[in-house]
Amino acid sequence: MQPCGTFNVDYARDMAILRTRTQWVLTIGGLVLLFTLPLYLSDHLLGMINMLGIMIVAVLGLMILTGYAGQINLGQAAFVTVGAYASALMTTRLGMPFWIAMPLAGLSTGLVGFIFGLPSLRVKGFYLAMTTLAAQFIIPTLIAHVRTDITGGGRGLTVPTPHLGDIVLNSQTAMFFVIVTVVVLLTFIAKSLVRGPIGRAFVAIRDNDLAAEAMGINVFRYKLLAFFVCSFYAGIAGSLYAHWMRFINYDILTIMDSIWYLGMMIIGGMGSITGAIVGPIFVYALDQGLTWGANQMGGTFATLPATLPAAIHVMVFGIVILLFLAFEPRGLNHRWEVFKAAYRLTPFSY
Amino acid sequence: MNILQFAVSGLLIGGVYALIALGIVLVFKATGVFNFAAGHIMALGAFLAYLLMVQVGVPIWAGIVIAVLVAALIGILVERLALRRLIGQAHMSALMATLALAYFLQGLMLAVWESKVLTLPKFLPTGSVTTGLVIDAELLWPFVIVMILFGAFAIFFARTKVGLGMRATAEDHQLAQLKGINVKFVFALTWALAAALSTIAGILLGHRLGVSIPLVFVGFKVIPVVLLGGLNSIAGAIVGGLIVGLVESFVAGFFNAWLASIAPFIVLLIVMLIRPEGIFGQKRIERV
Repeated sequence: MQPCGTFNVDYARDMAILRTRTQWVLTIGGLVLLFTLPLYLSDHLLGMINMLGIMIVAVLGLMILTGYAGQINLGQAAFVTVGAYASALMTTRLGMPFWIAMPLAGLSTGLVGFIFGLPSLRVKGFYLAMTTLAAQFIIPTLIAHVRTDITGGGRGLTVPTPHLGDIVLNSQTAMFFVIVTVVVLLTFIAKSLVRGPIGRAFVAIRDNDLAAEAMGINVFRYKLLAFFVCSFYAGIAGSLYAHWMRFINYDILTIMDSIWYLGMMIIGGMGSITGAIVGPIFVYALDQGLTWGANQMGGTFATLPATLPAAIHVMVFGIVILLFLAFEPRGLNHRWEVFKAAYRLTPFSY
Repeated sequence: MNILQFAVSGLLIGGVYALIALGIVLVFKATGVFNFAAGHIMALGAFLAYLLMVQVGVPIWAGIVIAVLVAALIGILVERLALRRLIGQAHMSALMATLALAYFLQGLMLAVWESKVLTLPKFLPTGSVTTGLVIDAELLWPFVIVMILFGAFAIFFARTKVGLGMRATAEDHQLAQLKGINVKFVFALTWALAAALSTIAGILLGHRLGVSIPLVFVGFKVIPVVLLGGLNSIAGAIVGGLIVGLVESFVAGFFNAWLASIAPFIVLLIVMLIRPEGIFGQKRIERV
């Protein structure tokens, strides 16, 4: 919906991510604010933002696969683990710099995702989700038990600190710049991907695969491509995670994290890149708020069992997802669109 | 000799998988929802039994009966409060709702019983029967109970009016409604039955392994069972359960334990590639 008097006068402008001058100003202002955050925030908060950035990358990938191409992925956390290990092994065993290992980790995870996407030739929908669920259980177990001389097995793996020239990126602030740059870049790529022909093919497959096939879209190829892109994003997220935490283990992420990613995507709003950013922010803020609240409660009532805060936190997350599914299945992004339409039309009601 | 031994243990373990799988299949057939929370409902049932038997102190048989009834009630509540609202929405919403439910139940169990391993009072014979093969009595009796339950269900679906109504609903909601079957009632009943079955499975497993939150992972292990047998086949639940039990037992016996833990999922991948509809499943022909 366009505000009164604003028209897209040519095709390029219609397709543009940023259409008006106000949007340009806001975006540049937002980016400046984002990149100067370390000036105002403590290390603790920056650490949280870094974690959030990594989640956003993983959810962006999932959004393209599930939100746009409509293929449910219950194994995103496993793909993130693959990315973390790929990147860690390339830097520790092969001595590659982080900057080369990160894209390579993305590509190799993309290949793994590609393999788990292969059954989409024969099965779809729910059944396909099951193969990704299998990935979620098989991959971490294989990492823990196969060739433990390389992967470190159950003992985990220490990851070297990345460095840029002579600057060692060992602080939250330094990693903040790396992670946020990657997030901004990948958001832009995702946004460009979904507004172009590939994204439209994805949406066509999601809405009706038979019709998509009839329109001349090679469904299988685009499904595989969606799997590749999704796992590529997961791989980048894993690589960032490994070099940010500097220690990884085969069970850093479990099936529960995969469910979290799906939950974040639904809360953000399926089928929108904005949703892939808003969803993780909302869920992570809720998560941190609950942890804080639960700790406060634990401090006040010392007699309560120690597991109670964790338990409440898990329960509330489950309830929030249920409520979103029941009352706002189109997610926060939909609310935002409604709000935007409302203020653009003010003072007219329709 | 060894092979026979592994086969027997595998079959006996598979029986309990089949029971949980039956719960999932019932819900899927009737309502079209795949219940990811089956493992969590199962663990909750085992915890309920513990609560009644040990913490409240009712007699064991009463504990089992009440736990099953409470679980059935929870099943009805789940259907009424969460899933009925999602009828008509995308497939994925219902799936996510059961995952969210799983999350909620996990938190609930963690809040009430914490992360301990609790022991149920032994009400079935323990020890082992040795007749050439060593048969663990704690595996044998649950298996017998499971088989009796399956027999009862076969009669229920073939002979009783309610059972026939459930089958009709599974075929087609609208046609069933036209015939005067109360579809809402069937939905509620299905969830109640599925929760009750899961609870029995949970008590049987808890009897041998102790009651703790990691029991929920058995629920994920049952997914390959359901898909192997066929998502909408009750016979498939039994056969799938026994096959997965066998595979697990053989892999654990001849290879190692960690490979056994992922063997069901490797089976699942193979099924997806070769015969996605499962052994007895209904084949939907739609190629894209």
